[in-house]
Amino acid sequence: MGVGALGDPGIEPVIAMRGVRADLGSRPVLRGIDLTVAHGEVVALLGANGSGKSTAIRTLIGQVPVSAGEIALFGTERRRFRDWARVGYVPQRTTAAGGVPATVTEIVSSGRLSRARFGVLRKADHAAVRRALELVGMADRAKDSVNALSGGQHQRVLIARALAAEPELLIMDEPMAGVDLASQEVLAQTLREQVAAGTTVLLVLHELGPLEPLIDRAVVLRDGCVLHDGPPPRAVGQHALPGHDHVHPHEHTPVRTGLLS
Amino acid sequence: MDFLDFAFMQRALLAAVLVGITAPAIGIYLVQRRQALMGDGIGHVAMTGVGLGFLLSASPVWMATLTSVLGAVLMELIRWYGRTRGDIALAMLFYGGMAGGVMFINLAPGGSNANLTSYLFGSLSTVSQSDVTAICLLAGFVVLVTLGLRRQLFAVSQDEEFARVTGLPVRALNLLTAVTAAVTVTVAMRVVGLLLVSALMVVPVAAAQQLSRSFAATFAIAVAIGVSVTIGGTVTSYYQDVPPGATIVLLTIATFMALTALAAPLARRRARAAASGQPAGDPAECAIPATREATDKVGV
Repeated sequence: MGVGALGDPGIEPVIAMRGVRADLGSRPVLRGIDLTVAHGEVVALLGANGSGKSTAIRTLIGQVPVSAGEIALFGTERRRFRDWARVGYVPQRTTAAGGVPATVTEIVSSGRLSRARFGVLRKADHAAVRRALELVGMADRAKDSVNALSGGQHQRVLIARALAAEPELLIMDEPMAGVDLASQEVLAQTLREQVAAGTTVLLVLHELGPLEPLIDRAVVLRDGCVLHDGPPPRAVGQHALPGHDHVHPHEHTPVRTGLLS
Repeated sequence: MDFLDFAFMQRALLAAVLVGITAPAIGIYLVQRRQALMGDGIGHVAMTGVGLGFLLSASPVWMATLTSVLGAVLMELIRWYGRTRGDIALAMLFYGGMAGGVMFINLAPGGSNANLTSYLFGSLSTVSQSDVTAICLLAGFVVLVTLGLRRQLFAVSQDEEFARVTGLPVRALNLLTAVTAAVTVTVAMRVVGLLLVSALMVVPVAAAQQLSRSFAATFAIAVAIGVSVTIGGTVTSYYQDVPPGATIVLLTIATFMALTALAAPLARRRARAAASGQPAGDPAECAIPATREATDKVGV
């Protein structure tokens, strides 16, 4: 795997973005992004706040309109792409809760809609929801209200919801934001299993943290442009890039002042 | 039960039950997407329809349905496209709708604001047979949508961005929610009135939340509360000669307060049970260490 997988000629890349531009209002947020993710690769999108990481992901799923450039998922132009069951998405959220109470199972079951869109939930759907909950270690909380969960558990629920569809591609926007250490470990383990099973992953991260050993390639954005595309920055130049000093996640706590990121 | 002998009371009760079912059934999705006051806005727009009904000698219920559906679709479009000053556009829509209603009804031959009152605050005793037919048809539509598409509407109302990636037609479902809310407003118009309808969409859901942990239970309890208060309010207004709309809304708020008072000890017990289920070594309170530990690795 690793960077070498990129050049595999026979297989279409899972994600292909070419010259993608996007504006929010009149402000350009993406100014010509090229990003390719090959089958089985794990790619991290890094960059400071406002660099366009989340916008890049949201153009990919069609939440943010593109003003120029091309996007293809699994070799199909994004506008014509209908095979959403192959994609699991974890949006950037601090909570899985809405305005009305809902149980963990109810939320995770939404993930099956990409497979049983207007049909009824069958045995296989319920089994997939159970499996997804087991994967993130939340099976014992299945009937609990999400309002009773901690921040890290909310994130685990959101990831289980994406995994419920049994996707080939996982797109995650800051899955580690506000997650306690115990949950970070569970999430890293979950992701490890998914990657071992051949899932392709694109994730936005603030810092590499406990996921670092999994990541094949890092793409660093700055001001809507790709600054770096290659091996993850492994502790180069003290504070030059996010994800430095990965030995003890504790160390990042004092850094989260926003001054350095 | 002598009130059942009167045809107008039978019609009134049927209409009340249908309102008790449909208002919380669509209201729960509005509360879930944090648009609890959308029903109120649609109610204002529906006034133009009532006024037009009088002016054109058409059925006010059907005209109100037409304008409130158009208004709801317009609101949804403003939400998509008018990101910058959407709230101002909505304000213009709401108050334009209200002013239009007052204007049209005064232009109608022999019309005055007095005609409007029964639509603003509800008037069960004047519910006609054709009103009941319209209410039954519209309520059937609302039940079909809110129950039949509950998983899809739940997903879209819970997390629109995620729902889009499941491939659901998010825009169509948003429009359907808006249209269903508009239809519910006109169903409830004769019973509780346009200015009070939003209370029946929101308060039973808020009351149900005090007891429930799941969406399904919240839905069921909210509808049960809705039906109880609409029947209770209708019967009370028959015996006590008080306005039914106001009675129903006050009963709903009383139910909310009673359930909130009941739920507080219940929540405490649940919290205790959850705390006792926690593994040892995960203390409920913080113990602040006297010195910094090496594992903290806090460097300056």
